[in-house]
Amino acid sequence: MTEATPDLMTYTTVRERPFDPPDALTRAREETPIHRMIYADDHEGWLITGYALARSVLAHPRFSTRPELLHPPIQQRLINLQEIRKQPGFFLRMDPPEHTRFRRLLTGQFTVRRMKQLEPRIAEITEERLDAMEREGGPVDLVQAFALPIPSLVICELLGVPYADRDRFHRDSAVMLNLQSTPEEIRTAIDDLLNYLRALVKHKRAEPSDDLLGGLVAGGELDDEELAGVGMLLLVAGHETTANMLALGTFALLTNPKQLAAVRDDPDVVEGAVEELLRYLTIIHIGPMRTALEDVELDGHVIKAGEVVTIAAAVANRDPERFGESETLDVSRSAHGHLTFGHGVHQCLGQQLARTEMRIAYPALLRRFPGLRLAVPAEEVPMRSDMSIYGVHRLPVTW
Amino acid sequence: MKIKADTGVCVGAGMCALSVPEVFDQSEDDGTVVVLEPDPPASREAAVRRAVQLCPSGALSIEE
Repeated sequence: MTEATPDLMTYTTVRERPFDPPDALTRAREETPIHRMIYADDHEGWLITGYALARSVLAHPRFSTRPELLHPPIQQRLINLQEIRKQPGFFLRMDPPEHTRFRRLLTGQFTVRRMKQLEPRIAEITEERLDAMEREGGPVDLVQAFALPIPSLVICELLGVPYADRDRFHRDSAVMLNLQSTPEEIRTAIDDLLNYLRALVKHKRAEPSDDLLGGLVAGGELDDEELAGVGMLLLVAGHETTANMLALGTFALLTNPKQLAAVRDDPDVVEGAVEELLRYLTIIHIGPMRTALEDVELDGHVIKAGEVVTIAAAVANRDPERFGESETLDVSRSAHGHLTFGHGVHQCLGQQLARTEMRIAYPALLRRFPGLRLAVPAEEVPMRSDMSIYGVHRLPVTW
Repeated sequence: MKIKADTGVCVGAGMCALSVPEVFDQSEDDGTVVVLEPDPPASREAAVRRAVQLCPSGALSIEE
């Protein structure tokens, strides 16, 4: 059944146009939803480009997320996986039932209702950033002035991490997520962030606090190393992702004035617009990846035990079989069911927080500055093809 | 239509509570699904089916 295709695919994060996935991956999806792929360590695994198949892999109980079973789709990825493997509490890379133990401790903190309760505070933080932008006057870098501070402040308050320490964790996570970082640099950044969180956990043991990490410490289910791992995961995932969505989403809207006007002027559009921006931009541009724990048949192919499957979520999210006119940004479409938060048991724990932040931040920005525009030509906006999470490095804007 | 929810499988992603808050909620303790209306009116059937389809963990099912 399994035939080795003569031309093995290779993975790429380099895009020809800032908002579209790499053309090679799109072409692959147009041919077939599943492909043989050569990994950076010469492993012959698979690439999935079709939406339906991507969903079935992510929901399949016989595909594992454990780092020691993975092969790197691109060279730089290997370093991260080797380092993260060692950290207790990094439950993103655990299978059930180990994963379930951590997830269950946290899901109650990220429910739809809890996130609703955060809305006034998120709105307040957003207004403070807009006030600061107005005082400073344009042009400003929207990443530093708006997109990064909002989710950073929110996750710091939620976890109980002092925002004053942001330079340290921003620097460490930037090194961890940079695909050009050397193994030594990544090790140093992970160690530094973990040491910071270990000290914070110790502090919370001595002085109980009414925040997520404080609650986990008091709950007594996790040891200090596990708490540091959980803290690292939530802190990095909690600010890098939404920050990139806010900046890249604004860039996309600025180049689509009609869509921008809808988000600015029609409150009923905002909820759907956030889903559509998540789908259209798919800032998770490497993977998700899974390894078959036993032989699994997919679409007439046998994925052998030990073979790795990389899902190109950005092109699966453009699958016309699921999303119709999938190549256009259309904030009025129903983009629900996109794979940007993943699917299956690992689907993003913080997705309702991310949605809440985006639903507040995009319209607030566009209403405060109706004349918002790029302060440089669009071609000069530096894109994050070199980072684990896609987006813009800087977005110079004025109004 | 009867909704069945397996809280042992649920991962608390909240897609159901987000999609049809009149029918689904989440537990305050562990965020797992709470079905408020196991036998929803016909007017909500389409929305419930979409929520079941969106559920990432397969915790929800429908008995006709």
